Amino acid sequence: MNKQLNRRNFIKYLSGATVASSALLTACKKAMTSDDAGSAQPAADGTMTMRLNPNTDDHVSLLGYGMMRLPELPKPKDAPDHQAAEFDQEMINRQVDYAIEHGVNYFDTSPAYCRGLSERCTGIALARHDRKDFYIATKMSNFWPESWTPEGAKGMFETSLRELQVDYIDYLLLHSIGGTARDAEGNGLSSWETFEARYMNNGILDWLVEQKQAGRIRNLGFSYHGDVKVFDHLLQWHDEGRYHWDFVQIELNYLDWFYADEINPRNTDAAYLYAELEKRGIPAVIMEPLLGGRLANISDEIAAKLKQRDPDHSVATWAFRFAGTPQGVLTVLSGMTYMEHLQENVATYSPLHPITEDEHEFLMQIAEEIYGMKTVPCNECQYCMPCPYGVNIPAIFSHYNKCIREGYVRQSSLDPAYRQARRAFLVGYDRSVPRLRQADHCIGCGQCAPHCPQQIDIPSELRRIDEYTESLRAAGGPL
Amino acid sequence: MKNHYLKYIRRTLALLMLIGITWLFVDFTGVVHHHVGFLAKWQFLPAVLALNVTVIVVLVVLTLLLGRIYCSVVCPLGIMQDLLAHLHISHRFSMGKRKKAGKLGRYSYSPERKWLRYSVLAVFIVALVAGLGSVVALLAPYSSFGRIAANLFKPIYELGNNVLADRSAAAGNYDYYYVDLWIRSLPTFIIAAATFVVLTILAIFGGRTYCNTICPVGTVLSFLSRFSLLKINFDTAKCRNCSACTRACKASCIDYKNHAVDYSRCVVCGNCLGACKFGALHYSPKKAAHITPAPTQTVTTPSLTEREGNGSLSRRAFLISSAMLATSAAATKAQKTVDGGLAAIAPKQPPKRQTPLTPPGSLSAAHLAQHCTGCQLCVAQCPNNVLRPSADSWLTVMQPTMSYERGYCRPECTRCSNVCPTGAIRLISHEDKAAIQIGHAVWNRELCVPLTDGVDCGNCARHCPAGAITMVPFDPDDEYSINIPTVNESRCIGCGACEYVCPARPSALHVEGHEVHRTI
Repeated sequence: MNKQLNRRNFIKYLSGATVASSALLTACKKAMTSDDAGSAQPAADGTMTMRLNPNTDDHVSLLGYGMMRLPELPKPKDAPDHQAAEFDQEMINRQVDYAIEHGVNYFDTSPAYCRGLSERCTGIALARHDRKDFYIATKMSNFWPESWTPEGAKGMFETSLRELQVDYIDYLLLHSIGGTARDAEGNGLSSWETFEARYMNNGILDWLVEQKQAGRIRNLGFSYHGDVKVFDHLLQWHDEGRYHWDFVQIELNYLDWFYADEINPRNTDAAYLYAELEKRGIPAVIMEPLLGGRLANISDEIAAKLKQRDPDHSVATWAFRFAGTPQGVLTVLSGMTYMEHLQENVATYSPLHPITEDEHEFLMQIAEEIYGMKTVPCNECQYCMPCPYGVNIPAIFSHYNKCIREGYVRQSSLDPAYRQARRAFLVGYDRSVPRLRQADHCIGCGQCAPHCPQQIDIPSELRRIDEYTESLRAAGGPL
Repeated sequence: MKNHYLKYIRRTLALLMLIGITWLFVDFTGVVHHHVGFLAKWQFLPAVLALNVTVIVVLVVLTLLLGRIYCSVVCPLGIMQDLLAHLHISHRFSMGKRKKAGKLGRYSYSPERKWLRYSVLAVFIVALVAGLGSVVALLAPYSSFGRIAANLFKPIYELGNNVLADRSAAAGNYDYYYVDLWIRSLPTFIIAAATFVVLTILAIFGGRTYCNTICPVGTVLSFLSRFSLLKINFDTAKCRNCSACTRACKASCIDYKNHAVDYSRCVVCGNCLGACKFGALHYSPKKAAHITPAPTQTVTTPSLTEREGNGSLSRRAFLISSAMLATSAAATKAQKTVDGGLAAIAPKQPPKRQTPLTPPGSLSAAHLAQHCTGCQLCVAQCPNNVLRPSADSWLTVMQPTMSYERGYCRPECTRCSNVCPTGAIRLISHEDKAAIQIGHAVWNRELCVPLTDGVDCGNCARHCPAGAITMVPFDPDDEYSINIPTVNESRCIGCGACEYVCPARPSALHVEGHEVHRTI
């Protein structure tokens, strides 16, 4: 009896509170719209925030289009699972058109992206626009020994021009310095040896400087992942005047700001990287502002906290505002697969509402919580793929992370939620990854690991997930 | 009206039995056998093979008391035939003109085909003693039902499940999950389908023809049912020779003209009791005093052969498919130049094994061959898609064998030994299983990826639950040379984990069976 009354009272309070809070919210909204018109609206009715590149006086849109996650057409139903879907060129064209119409003018691609087709798709879409309306960034993606020869590397650059249907590149990057590779004999190289093998021993960096002088490249820079020694070394060259970097592309987001090296000791905090660039006045191009969607797909509790603070905007908006806030940021790249992502990001940066100090503190707390979840830091960039033995690496990590977020990873069989979690994990695993592509088929050849920009030790992570899966299966009994 | 009671009790029990045992066969979750697994163990032949004295005594006593009630309420194949008989046109159009025909019944009396019955029984017993498993499996009624359920009903059930799994996945919940649908062995599938077709035809046109001409269990029980306590008896004073009972008798065993019932063939279905409008039939211990013919006399009058008994079943030709040896190479190590995409994976093909694998608990190939009736229950229940009906030789066709293309014999699973009703796969514990060597892994250097592709692997060693595989440098004099797997046969239990996870095609490690299982 007592309980019932309590419940009734509670509901009464609750409804009262709802009315009060919604009234408050309406008042807030009115106040905001009168202050800075249009900022909180999902549709882009402001103008895109632009940043200046002091080297070439380019006015670059704060939102850059990453051409790494292009939209695909649905696969035919009876297609084998290794047959890749075709890219949806019509949709790519539409999205590029929308982007340019709304002020986006920076397009970032690479000869390696999208199974090697990104430059072609980008070229087709951009050839329909005036060359002065956009800047193209592409990369020297010579990751394998055959492309370390002068001919191989030069050929790659010429192919890029041809595929992109242009006669000069606005921004050319040495792709992902700081990583490691194996040479033609299969010997593992250190990160510096890899850098030398890719750009120095073959004279390709000097050749690129020549191309810049010849006007075929307007800005020369590099993108960095991994060993910070290489990053520091290249900036030292900049200080010494040996090479001049017009821009540098780094990974920056509110999780990597302070937690990059906690998540993986082989990585470096974005706060350090950005500070190094800022003090030299080198414009920073930002990649992974959303960690491949990982900062949008977060657990319900964390999402609720972000929403509570800003109920009118998506969770992803926080990440983009954070990445765009530092003044030294030239542009923030986002691989926008869907039109809705593009529209939302355009709205976020038209114009940008910088993160306040309070909000920065708040995001640092959120980062601590996300870090505490111990997900695999995979952004599904597909650099590791295809695995020669057929393992679907990003799909396995994605499933594992999803289960962590949803509370389906339980180590102890005494946990009351263990049975349900076990079923969800195993059933979901078979659903998202076919048996012969699961982690138990990783042989540990290690071909994938050097390609990972997040420096994930892929074979050992797969092994860890396989051991966990095996423990669930070995628990026996029906699902 | 009171005569109907037997029929309704019989129908209710029969339906429960059929549903229960079908459920046992179609279930893939591994839960159901805990509840209805005993139904398979109540079957006559499995009980005999398992030397299950309790069940045998109960069945013998039951038959001596009530007649061949076993065939009506325990045997799933008999019950299934009763249901199939409803497909007859007289049942489907039970309206208007047809109604009368339907009520009257369509069967007729035929004399016992002793020669056929006894020769089939003789063949069956010889096959049983000689260990000709395939002949036993072909003739045994429970096995036939099991094959039909596992090969025909289960795929339909799984298909329905997969539709739900599709919905479940779309809705983002985990209520249903996909199961692999595949034909485990073509010969067994064909035999099951052919048995089903033949039985359907026989049931539609002749009721229990199979049970009274072919079925060896029916013949064995008929020896007892002749002397059963309760029987169908004629009250000749009331009988008006209307033939309703004979027309209603699906066992074709009532000779109304002579007021005689062939108790060797009567399955005590009770249909005749309801059909008789004059109360002339009773299911009672003794004949009424005024009945003249001797109760145990069997009628051999050859005059009334209105129906052609169909006993010639031409199902002897089996397709023995030889295991296709895979020639496709392993996924070749291509130079990775771009990002994304999935490498094609060649499907695994079963290797040719010199000695086929038999499941842990089956003791030896000979024990399995002697005791297995090929009912497919273990195959249907195997959660790892390891067990499948053998197609290695015509002697063992339909009996289980193992292969590891879709999974391996996982250490925590003993389900086949839990469900086997015949004792062909003896009940074992997890500890027993960890110590039973059903075979051992054999390494083929021509296929092993460290040697063919020059990459580190060791996936077999990593997944070996027995710890029987050690990786060692290929060159004994160079500790930095690439590692290859070595199998310690004394620790290998033949579970096939190595064969399953091997990246090579065909697998560089494959398991060779042990004819007689060993214990570590």
